[in-house]
Amino acid sequence: MNPPAVPASVSRGSLIEARGVFKSFGQTPALRGADVTVGQGEIFAIMGPSGSGKSTLLHCLAGIFTPDAGDVLFDGQAVNAMSEADRTKLRRTAFGFVFQFGQLVPELTAADNVALPLLLNRTRRKVAYKTADTWLDRLGIGDKGGRRTGELSGGEAQRVAVARALALAPKVIFADEPTGSLDSLTGEKVMDLMTGLAREQGATVVLVTHDARIAAYADRVAMVRDGLVAAMDRSTITASSSTAARGAH
Amino acid sequence: MSVPLTLLGLLEREPSHGYDLKRDYDNFFGRGKQLPFGQVYATLGRLARDGKVIAGDAEPGDGPDRKRYAITDTGRHEVDDWLAEPVEPEPHLQTVLFAKVTLALMLGKPAEAYLDSQRAAHMRRMQELTDLKRTGPLVDVLLADHALFHLEADLRWIDLTSVRLKELAEAVRN
Repeated sequence: MNPPAVPASVSRGSLIEARGVFKSFGQTPALRGADVTVGQGEIFAIMGPSGSGKSTLLHCLAGIFTPDAGDVLFDGQAVNAMSEADRTKLRRTAFGFVFQFGQLVPELTAADNVALPLLLNRTRRKVAYKTADTWLDRLGIGDKGGRRTGELSGGEAQRVAVARALALAPKVIFADEPTGSLDSLTGEKVMDLMTGLAREQGATVVLVTHDARIAAYADRVAMVRDGLVAAMDRSTITASSSTAARGAH
Repeated sequence: MSVPLTLLGLLEREPSHGYDLKRDYDNFFGRGKQLPFGQVYATLGRLARDGKVIAGDAEPGDGPDRKRYAITDTGRHEVDDWLAEPVEPEPHLQTVLFAKVTLALMLGKPAEAYLDSQRAAHMRRMQELTDLKRTGPLVDVLLADHALFHLEADLRWIDLTSVRLKELAEAVRN
């Protein structure tokens, strides 16, 4: 069998890059010169053992953490050189986030949760709620819009989180263990919806997972080990460890 | 498990008699099923015929085990190619992977790189199967799931072995 075809929406241009990124927490190094390149429209999975630095890498790529050294580029711009205000604006307008836990406001309804970031971006209320309803429908939970998210099942709540991320029409969705709290079947359904809809929208997905079955939804998979990105497949993965940079710290 | 390639790998450490090869094979790879002497000598004979090993002169003593075998450059290349080539990702390949990793560690070859290469081959196969699940009928989905779970089990073994390589290297070299 041939490898899966690269979807038509994937272009070869790079959208996000990490170049020799170092990040430590106190005396503990999490990233030791990580290099990675993610293409426009690509579904890109980052795997690695616990403590390998995979979540730290995702947080650096998303502009949530600032690297101690090295650069993170988004669309050619150095995210780490931006002001905090510009980074926040970038995260609110160009990035969507799906995490394992704690991203939804449990007291608000599913529709409120999806509409909230749109309202924060000054979308008119009526448009925000119409968009929220559309995305909840597309994720197969259109009938749950009026339910508080605290009352939803884990799978339903993750679909709300995916709807909220996609409703912003982001250029990139960053997902950190998005199926970590779900059973296998529900997790796969969420992945199927998230990757399918992201492809339709031309959005790039950067996904962290320890689960190979979830990583298999990606176009490319990279392995993080000891704070470095190891290429898993040299023919298709451009990521590589920054051996030269390693000596710098 | 490839007996000829495993014996060749054992010979790469140092020239050995058939008896020593059988003992080490049984110790590391036999897992309760011993390699018959007849198979050891027949295999060594074929390897010598194909130019992968050379047999030394018969040494004084009784019995058939009087020749010391040494690997040739041809044999060495064959071991290197075999170790570097990922195994076709399919269920129940643990014994081959196990043999490759153990031999690589014995010979001081890059076991981690072999495991990375195998992990990439597994991931590619899992991507193909996941793609099949997205588009195929339910029967294909069920079959793909079965294969995916087996591949995932192999991957877990690969990951765990990767982090234990130093400890394993010390164990097989002592």
